[in-house]
Amino acid sequence: MGFLLQMIITGVVVGSIYALVALGFVLIYRASGALNLANGEFVLIGSYICLTLVAVYQIPFIFAFLLTLVFNVLLGMIVERVVLRPLINAPTISVIMATIGLSSLLAGFAHMIWGYQTQSYPPVFPSTPIRMGEIIISPVYLWSFIIVIIMLILFGLLFKYSKLGLAMRAVADDQMAASSVGISVKNVYLITWGFASLVAAVGGVLLGNINGVDATMATIGLTVLPVVILGGLDSILGAIVAGFLVGIIQNLTAGYLEPILGGGLKEVIPFIIVTLILMIKPHGLFGKGGIERV
Amino acid sequence: MLRINNVEVVYNKSILAIRGVSLEVPDGKIVALLGSNGAGKSTTLKAISGLLKQEGGAITEGTIEFEKEQIHGMDPDKIVEKGIFQCIEGRRVFTHLTVEENLLTGAYTRKDRKNIPDDIERVYHYFPKLKMLRKKLSGLLSGGEQQMLAIGRGIMARPKILLLDEPSLGIAPLLVKEIFENIKQINTEEGTSILVVEQNANIALSIADYAYVLENGRIVMQGSVDKLLSDESVKAAYLGFDKKEKGDIREVKSYKKIKRFV
Ligand SMILES: Nc1ncnc2c1ncn2[C@@H]1O[C@H](COP(=O)(O)OP(=O)(O)O)[C@@H](O)[C@H]1O
Ligand SMILES: [Mg+2]
Repeated sequence: MGFLLQMIITGVVVGSIYALVALGFVLIYRASGALNLANGEFVLIGSYICLTLVAVYQIPFIFAFLLTLVFNVLLGMIVERVVLRPLINAPTISVIMATIGLSSLLAGFAHMIWGYQTQSYPPVFPSTPIRMGEIIISPVYLWSFIIVIIMLILFGLLFKYSKLGLAMRAVADDQMAASSVGISVKNVYLITWGFASLVAAVGGVLLGNINGVDATMATIGLTVLPVVILGGLDSILGAIVAGFLVGIIQNLTAGYLEPILGGGLKEVIPFIIVTLILMIKPHGLFGKGGIERV
Repeated sequence: MLRINNVEVVYNKSILAIRGVSLEVPDGKIVALLGSNGAGKSTTLKAISGLLKQEGGAITEGTIEFEKEQIHGMDPDKIVEKGIFQCIEGRRVFTHLTVEENLLTGAYTRKDRKNIPDDIERVYHYFPKLKMLRKKLSGLLSGGEQQMLAIGRGIMARPKILLLDEPSLGIAPLLVKEIFENIKQINTEEGTSILVVEQNANIALSIADYAYVLENGRIVMQGSVDKLLSDESVKAAYLGFDKKEKGDIREVKSYKKIKRFV
């Protein structure tokens, strides 16, 4: 029982990070129909930047974290401006190809600068585990979870109540109509990429604190793919719920199935689930096929 | 005053949509731009509002002047800020946003944010039905209600001129009459100039001061509504022409007749 709960809690924490990274992915998809396959590299680079600031430049973690966020927002915006903007009326496939190219490019840079060795963050969070009855949680998990939840709530409020959120929803709904009311679609794209890169950095920093950083961290970009497809690709709530689901299922797989069936299953299981669910619900769990009048 | 001078529009560098189109919308007036499907009416409006670029269209000749300033080439958001607001064809409300959120998008470029709640009330004054629907997702509204919302979104921008693209499209005849009365009322009470594009000439002329007729991308006729309405050949050719099928032979004949007449 304790083991099960332990697995689920780990799953919830990792899943919350998936949810956050998936959110950035979904926002870009909703705004422009582009699948950002360089999302994992945003995570990786964010994680490395913060690590470098903390470990090499000895900057206190909280400032390093904030600087990383600024860096990643700029990175996301530059990518939008230089790579995506020229493709604004191009077919979706061209955009996807461009993000694949971008992901190789960014991964290449990351390897050139930081190499392939796994590097660990200096301990940022207290290391004494927190006991809750039978369950033991390490503070880094708890803090990660809290930070993600705060981010998600902040985002929810911004999205629902701010002028920017309104513009983002309008552009996702109908680009031409959004332009007609005076929303600059280009600016919304720019901000959306900045934001997606920002949440990716948060994910990267948290994952880095949990597991350390190396090139394989970018595979989260792939893990997030089944998450968003499961959620319905254009559904924000779907991405968040599916993020948690995939995190939990992955950890249960690692805890119960891998000892029997062998390693690696954890990485494959999200794709298996997605395939099964899409057979039953082709629009994903929360996908909308347009509003129908009743 | 909005003045379009000798404008030519080409789509995808190959399709000539309108040519030599000149028209004027004086302050406070309602001007109708009539013509059958494919005549180039929407293209003319998009040339003014700057939405053309997003559709692969470009103004290849001519000028567009609003209050003595060249607006040709500006981005659509800048043009909205100048006071020109286009209600695009087919209503195009944001279906996943509520009625009130849709109205808020109309006020997107406004700097005087504190007046927005009052303006929402003003929209409800013109369209009381919308008030009851304010929390409802716009995708669930009827066509007529969506058209009211689309115009309401325009009011929220407090434009100097509203460009309306076929407000009667796909709406029950009784509601069409009501909506055109609302348009007239907005013009009188807000002093907003209006350029209304229609295939339904009858209804548009019922509120307009001046009208232009567009055929195959060219203005083939223009005049004050009184003058047009008193002309028998115009009546025969245009009032009710929306009932005919596109490509109807009679339409082509009438087109020639009109050309001689002009
Ligand atoms: N996005 C577009 N790309 C290519 N051609 C277009 C486009 N939009 C309109 N056209 C062409 O321009 C002409 C005028 O169209 P439009 O302005 O929509 O007419 P109307 O609004 O009077 O029905 C038509 O021949 C149409 O096929
Ligand atoms: Mg049209």
